[in-house]
Amino acid sequence: MKDIALRALDTVVRRGVTYADARAVEIRERDITTKNGKAGHVASNESLGVGIRVLAGGCWGFAATDDVSRNGIDAAVALALEIARSGAAAKKHDVVLSPEEKFEATWVSPYRVDPFRIPVDRNLSVLLAVDEELRRNPGVNLAEAAMHFERRRQVFASTLGSVVDQTRYLTGTGYSALSYKNGEIQKRSYPNSFGGQHQLKGYELVEELQLLENAPRVAEEAVALHSADQCPEGEFNLILDSSQIGLQIHESIGHPIELDRVLGSEANYAGMSFLTLDQLGSLRYGSDIVNVVCDARPAHGPGLGTFAFDDEGVPAQSTDIIRDGRFVGYMTSRETAAQVGQTRSNGCMRADGWGRLPLIRMTNVSLKPGKQSLEEVFDADQAIYMETNRSWSIDDKRYQFQFGCEVAWEIRRGKRVRMLKNPSYSGITTEFWNACAAIAGPEHWKLWGLPNCGKGQPEQVMGTGHGASPARFHSIKIGSAYAG
Amino acid sequence: MLVEAFNPARCADVFNQVANAARTHGVSEIEIILAGSNQALTRFANSAIHQNVAERTTHLSVRPMIDGRTARAGTNRLDAEAIRQVVEEAVAITRLTEADAEMLPLASAAPYDPVDRHFEGTANATPEERAQAVAEAIAAVECEHQTAAGIYSTDESVFALMNSRGISAWYAETMARFSITAMARDSSGWAKASACNHAHLNPPDLARAASRKAAGSCSPRELPPGRYTVILEPAAVLDLVGQMFGDFSATAIRDGRSFLTDRIGKKLFGENITIHDDAWHPLQAGAPFDGEGVPRTRLTLVDQGVVREIAYSRQAAHAAGAAPTGHGYPLPNEYGESPANIVIEGGSASVEEMVKSTSRGILVTRFWYIREVDPYEKMFTGMTRDGVFLVEDGRITAGLRNFRFNQSLLELLSNAEMLSAPARVSGEEAFDMVVPAMKVRDFNFTDVTRF
Repeated sequence: MKDIALRALDTVVRRGVTYADARAVEIRERDITTKNGKAGHVASNESLGVGIRVLAGGCWGFAATDDVSRNGIDAAVALALEIARSGAAAKKHDVVLSPEEKFEATWVSPYRVDPFRIPVDRNLSVLLAVDEELRRNPGVNLAEAAMHFERRRQVFASTLGSVVDQTRYLTGTGYSALSYKNGEIQKRSYPNSFGGQHQLKGYELVEELQLLENAPRVAEEAVALHSADQCPEGEFNLILDSSQIGLQIHESIGHPIELDRVLGSEANYAGMSFLTLDQLGSLRYGSDIVNVVCDARPAHGPGLGTFAFDDEGVPAQSTDIIRDGRFVGYMTSRETAAQVGQTRSNGCMRADGWGRLPLIRMTNVSLKPGKQSLEEVFDADQAIYMETNRSWSIDDKRYQFQFGCEVAWEIRRGKRVRMLKNPSYSGITTEFWNACAAIAGPEHWKLWGLPNCGKGQPEQVMGTGHGASPARFHSIKIGSAYAG
Repeated sequence: MLVEAFNPARCADVFNQVANAARTHGVSEIEIILAGSNQALTRFANSAIHQNVAERTTHLSVRPMIDGRTARAGTNRLDAEAIRQVVEEAVAITRLTEADAEMLPLASAAPYDPVDRHFEGTANATPEERAQAVAEAIAAVECEHQTAAGIYSTDESVFALMNSRGISAWYAETMARFSITAMARDSSGWAKASACNHAHLNPPDLARAASRKAAGSCSPRELPPGRYTVILEPAAVLDLVGQMFGDFSATAIRDGRSFLTDRIGKKLFGENITIHDDAWHPLQAGAPFDGEGVPRTRLTLVDQGVVREIAYSRQAAHAAGAAPTGHGYPLPNEYGESPANIVIEGGSASVEEMVKSTSRGILVTRFWYIREVDPYEKMFTGMTRDGVFLVEDGRITAGLRNFRFNQSLLELLSNAEMLSAPARVSGEEAFDMVVPAMKVRDFNFTDVTRF
């Protein structure tokens, strides 16, 4: 691995560049799914390759190959340089990078049980036991469960002299129960929808989540939704569970603080941001109790955005994004930091494997825990409490959003009084966060992993982390998805 | 070119190595997928090239069948040791899976009509060629005092599926895509096209189209949400209507997750809606066989508003007593199958005629961030983007701020009043299809954003 990265770097240095880096990446993945009592997708995959990024003539070029022979690397280096030089046809200015230091480091993400040492039949037996428990409820038509394991080793080498060897272990698991009845489909998932929980852990995550214990409740709720009342339409106090707040952070804080979006580089695809440069330090993003950080350091927890160094060799950092409700920070790269006059990148460049170039991506963007107890968060005369995301959508400047959840309950004086189906809420990002009235304390804070964030052309998929406690928001527009 | 590096003889050689390695484990039923791709993409923003990339990938995956069990292992290396290891892994995890009494033996060879979708010029397109086309497109936008962002990609891919029952399916394709967003002070416009032959793309024309939209939607007015007559340009139709075709699947219906559960044979849409799946349509792309090597067949999914046919993988067909249609995903999977080459029949109206016929309505260039709200009513939410226009008394009178919609596709395809001739269309939220523009009454906008 180190040989591959250094060979690529040596080759490119001999050809004359302003800057270059090479990432040799080896990925091992295993996926196991079950469906209605049977094994579904059982697969493993291994991939090895190198991505070479060069800055020549003021332009970037990037080429990646899985032919890691000397000839293969030579060809990729030549192509990266040819690509960089072609950029002169449409160049406005030379790329400038903020300064960075040289680092030599090795880091392995902490894990207790290597997931690849657990045999597939044991994985299947866990999932099939959950499946059986879900289908014990005759109203469940479709029980699906999944596990995903990943080991990703990357050696990064740059012309600054840095050589960083990182290995990250990732585990994900979850399940869902779907119920079809009389022209209506309802679904409940655990511990989260769209694949469950994902963290930078070993197999111990599977053992921690109490998958089997929660299955009867999940099945019962999926079936009960058919006879629940439709979520009302109007303005209500809204209480969200921590997983839904995680996604709300992702869409309405995480994406708009990407400085490359702000500066226009995603204008044709992922979109731009309402957080124009003039708003830094002045915008009232949320209420006084809203504090958000972007934190890639291992100390933040086993998030999907946890690492020791980003993919351009910048150490993991913690950056305040919202402090006491005020907008104070973006996520940056060496190039964008220099563009806005900052002296250093805050280390948010991440690439999807060896084949794609690093982009500014969320690391762990988390809402700090509040000071209220859970009882205080639920202490409202009337509110609607929603759990587990079902749909999410936001405009291309990350301003107007609508989320749907799998289930809701009407809350009266702090107690659940009835289940509600098809809940949704919508709003404007800054109005929503300014309506934040209560956040539960650290004992209710969970670090959720979203494994499927898309960005870039060609599209890259990245895992991000979002920590949150349950929280209450006042006067939120609810139910408009089914209005009209 | 990849078609030389991964020619059928080379693929057969890899298959033979896999089969020999499998035999050492006592396994004779084996399938491989061997794929290679060269992807190159020149990306620009703020009227300059800023991300400029190329990627060469190889993928070999191996699927044994052992006593009703199957699993798949993959690698991106093709040396002898890598092949030995991937076969060993595939056999090991297959032996540890659960047996499935419904699992069918590997598919047998059947002839398929070939398609020719590989163009040497596109496979050999250079960074300089893409950069020059991008520079011309940027110039077309900048001369209108706007800035440009977008991509120009040229890809070559080869896909081979071979098995121990004689299937030797091989397919090569090139694909080029050009997409551009033109940005003015308070508005934007967008255009995109794709073609197997990059010579069929015209980046400056697309740039001018995007630029006209940006200019025409400047100083956008805010209209209250509500139900409006809309004229959906083809990309808007593609990205929204394209969300429903995964439900035309026998497995999805059997699982109860399809909106077609209990609805096959019923009239769900207007009589002017007829939809086919046709891998051989001249504007389509993709292989003429499925993920098990079964030849694709043409389907009429919707005939004058009535749902007629759905896709069947081999396993779903066997369970239903039907014939497989050649739309299965590679095994093992839990989703079964899906149509892959959608062609929506159109009408004879142009978008201009739709505008002329509208006393008050909204013209939509494209939609963005479309997500399912209700799986059985097929209701989706999303936003308009990059060019929304007010139509009054048969002409475009203003640009509008972007709307959020919550719209059932059952209702939308029942309310289509006019259709254009279909075209190959490329969007961002559904795979490329052949679709018309549509004029639709009572489209449900529920919110409006600030730009």
